[in-house]
Amino acid sequence: MSFLSYMINGISLGSVYAIIALGYTMVYGIAKMLNFAHGDVIMVGGYAALTMLLNANASPLAAVLVSIVVCTVLGITIEAVAYRPLRAAASPLAVLITAIGVSYLLQNVVLLIFGSNPKNFQSVIPVPDLKLAGGALMITGETIVTIISCIVIMTVLTLFINRTRTGQAMQAVSEDKGAAQLMGINVNQTIALTFAIGSGLAAVAGVLLCSSYPSLSPYTGSMPGIKAFVAAVFGGIGSIPGAMIGGILLGVIEILAKAYISSQLADAIVFAVLIVVLLVKPTGLLGKQIQEKV
Amino acid sequence: MKKNSKIFRQNLITYGMVIAAFIVVQILQSTGHLSSLFTGLLVPICVYVILAVSLNLVVGISGELSLGHAGFMCVGAFAGAFFTKCTQDTITMVPLRFALAVLIGAIAAAIFGILIGIPVLRLKGDYLAIVTLAFGEIIKNILNVFYIGRDSNGFHMSMKDQFSLGMEADGKMLLGGPQGITGIPKNSSFLAGIILILITLFIVLNLINSRDGRAIMAIRDNRIAATSIGINITKYKLMAFTISAALAGMAGTLYSHNLATLQASKFNFNTSILALVFVVLGGIGNIRGSIIAAVVLTALPEMLRGLSNLRMLIYAIVLIAMMLFNWAPAAIDWRSRLKERLKHSRANGKEAA
Amino acid sequence: MRNWKKVIGVAAAAAMTVSMLPMSVFADDAATFKIGGIGPVTGPAAAYGSAVMNAAQIAVDEINEAGGVNGAMLEFNPQDDEHDAEKSVNAYNTLKDWGATMILGSVTSAPCIAVEAEAANDNMFLLTPSGSAVDCITAGDNAFRVCFSDPSQGTASAQYIGENGLATKVAAIYDSSDVYSSGIYATFKAEAENQPFEIVAEEAFTADSKTDFTVQLQKAKDAGAELVYLPFYYNEASLVFTQAAAMDFSPLWFGVDGMDGILSVEGFDTSLAEGVMLLTPFAADAQDDLTVNFVAKYQELYNEVPNQFAADAYDGIYIIKAALEQCGATPDMDASTLCDAMKTAMTEITVDGLTGAGMTWTADGEPSKAPKAVVIENGAYKAM
Repeated sequence: MSFLSYMINGISLGSVYAIIALGYTMVYGIAKMLNFAHGDVIMVGGYAALTMLLNANASPLAAVLVSIVVCTVLGITIEAVAYRPLRAAASPLAVLITAIGVSYLLQNVVLLIFGSNPKNFQSVIPVPDLKLAGGALMITGETIVTIISCIVIMTVLTLFINRTRTGQAMQAVSEDKGAAQLMGINVNQTIALTFAIGSGLAAVAGVLLCSSYPSLSPYTGSMPGIKAFVAAVFGGIGSIPGAMIGGILLGVIEILAKAYISSQLADAIVFAVLIVVLLVKPTGLLGKQIQEKV
Repeated sequence: MKKNSKIFRQNLITYGMVIAAFIVVQILQSTGHLSSLFTGLLVPICVYVILAVSLNLVVGISGELSLGHAGFMCVGAFAGAFFTKCTQDTITMVPLRFALAVLIGAIAAAIFGILIGIPVLRLKGDYLAIVTLAFGEIIKNILNVFYIGRDSNGFHMSMKDQFSLGMEADGKMLLGGPQGITGIPKNSSFLAGIILILITLFIVLNLINSRDGRAIMAIRDNRIAATSIGINITKYKLMAFTISAALAGMAGTLYSHNLATLQASKFNFNTSILALVFVVLGGIGNIRGSIIAAVVLTALPEMLRGLSNLRMLIYAIVLIAMMLFNWAPAAIDWRSRLKERLKHSRANGKEAA
Repeated sequence: MRNWKKVIGVAAAAAMTVSMLPMSVFADDAATFKIGGIGPVTGPAAAYGSAVMNAAQIAVDEINEAGGVNGAMLEFNPQDDEHDAEKSVNAYNTLKDWGATMILGSVTSAPCIAVEAEAANDNMFLLTPSGSAVDCITAGDNAFRVCFSDPSQGTASAQYIGENGLATKVAAIYDSSDVYSSGIYATFKAEAENQPFEIVAEEAFTADSKTDFTVQLQKAKDAGAELVYLPFYYNEASLVFTQAAAMDFSPLWFGVDGMDGILSVEGFDTSLAEGVMLLTPFAADAQDDLTVNFVAKYQELYNEVPNQFAADAYDGIYIIKAALEQCGATPDMDASTLCDAMKTAMTEITVDGLTGAGMTWTADGEPSKAPKAVVIENGAYKAM
């Protein structure tokens, strides 16, 4: 019984990682950049929703919508100001470092506006907890909503990318920017759209993260951001179903390692599993094997 | 031959820069023109310069993205500090003990470099990056649960807590889990730092300009072509990775002997990233650039202290601005146009004269 | 060489020249006692450092309004250390350049150890409001602290639980990557062996995974724990209470001084913390004049309820004032002379503050004050 309960906890935690990883992998897959500021966009999303709830007395739905708008605008702005000028830079690492600068910037702006004291986030999820086996097992409403959101987002994103013209354009940009341009695709617009979608997802992830783990500070986003990055790599960077699977697996491994091996060494165990998986499957669980051209 | 002498001259400038900086600082210090803040910053600056140069060997010369460099620094810091704590009473000659500590820090980090390098270097690109990140985190996490003490019966080790060591009453904690090592004598000095920087530069610059270095760069530029002419990829990649780890370990030892306390939590993802920021800002593969970037970015947050609340915000903005200025193609164009114009006007000026 | 390098080089050189000038030449002529504050104002521990800096400033302003100390004003200069030992030493050096003759800090343990090593070397008086690790004040006889040390807290908690027979089966959850939390837990565990209760589960978490506590709580629950000991800060504790409530686990909760502040986490459902016991020297809703006055001022200025860090810092400034008066110090004394005088004065003064009445100090720097146990009832602290 306790194993089942640990599994449920693991899936709850994993679903939060998964929903963050979806946004991460979306941006990585198309724009081919590791957006280290993604975790901080999530944090901004959390603060936006919190401000709406506390200060404007908005309904939860309105708060989520406002949060999505704020993050989308933020994402587009960041991309235009900090990332776009470096897209043609000599090394892809340049934009990675700028992303880190953006991450510091967001943390410090929020620190100045909202202060350093952590805020408690009241869950916006109206779904009741699900009790199984006479109350011995419990799935929280937050988990149910997070998992459903994950599946919906995953499906919609996959369909969008594979079935719509804009999605096709995104794929083309991800394959070869130059060729895409020649085919009449507006590369700048397509990448901006990718960031808009990725940041909008970050807002949703932020609200769900804070609903499940209701503590919000300017640094809330950084650790889940790194974990989601790990999850995205786990599943194969750029693969949308991979991000979801990677996230959930990461959560389950983390919880089981804590439960059965050592709560002190859980982080080390998670990373060790990641290393083993990558050594066996060097491009992650669902990643594409890219053949090197001579 | 001509090319060689040019490289030689370039290297000489790099060494000269370091030595000149040392002399200037010494003069300022002896005449009392150096603030306490700057005096205190000297050793950390040396630490980050070594760290940046060593990471540049992996990122710039070998062409692999490493996100776990702080892990090697951590190993070196702990190994060196542990040695010093153990031999504090037996070896009383401080410079000798410190030199040995640095050596041990470097060797320990090199061993980890080999152990980690063998599996890691099979991977490519971002997957390699994340595995180095993972190793860095594992090192930090394991050191956090390590307890070592010593009493009259010898060493005791535990991975649980300090009470499971079962020490006698005269026992002393050497390594106390998250508390790390405390009471490390302050043996690092600016002179030691400069010597270590020169050693680092000597190793790295010679490697780059050697046959081995050219092989490493050939692999970076075209892996398949390099294989086809018979270059042993694993060997050369591992060579760069291990040397880089050893140098980072050296930086770690210098770091740990500058503060009275050492915790594994310092060597987290953020420190690895910081080293990467130095390398990229200074120019990937550009050793002199790494040095300058490390000095500037270590001093910058301290220089901004006058801004109080806005300090880290301005730091972030300056970082983004510097990145855009250094790397954006538009900015590079603009700079070269500016340079042209300057040259032009100077030439015109000469003609006129 | 490319152009930008010159630009950076010139900028760096300019910046450095400025920094190299010894700042003391700018020292103003009106003699003041210069107190330097060191603590994290940015970074993940910013909440603690900000509280200290805010409260210290309140105390300094109060004292100055009332005419200062020995006829001279106090001046307070807060410096950020990002909860990092290296940055903390940088902050210390900055303060030395500014002309500080006393240090209030560092706020957190590990940076404090590093700063104290430097301060002991310079013979600079150091009073840490909240650096609770033993080693924070052991490098020299120049250092004192306001808060309890980790061992005294751990031992006191175990004794309190044992002597009052609160439980026979105790579980503990602690942060194994944190000096403060693991330090308290280590001594708690040692003392528990002498007490009539048994530790049935000891579960750790780390700074990298401190959002999900379900496993630790599940294990405590499965082990039949009647009381769970939580030696860590209120931010994580608020998550523990929320998650425990979700899994219908309601043992007795027992916290330490870091738990104080839980009731003022914005938006926190205080009913979750109902019945939580904690050893803390400070309760923000105590009715004595000193506390009421301080809390009102703090809320007015910073719009937050002050926590125990703030209280320690506020007391810290008043302790410095008492010691300065005791030894009849004047602002023209240099740091080392002042430190020697303060060392003796510290052992002679008795201070009534927010965090305890009749606080005294021994020469090793440890405070002597009674730990107060409080329980949260109806969303407010109540003395036990």
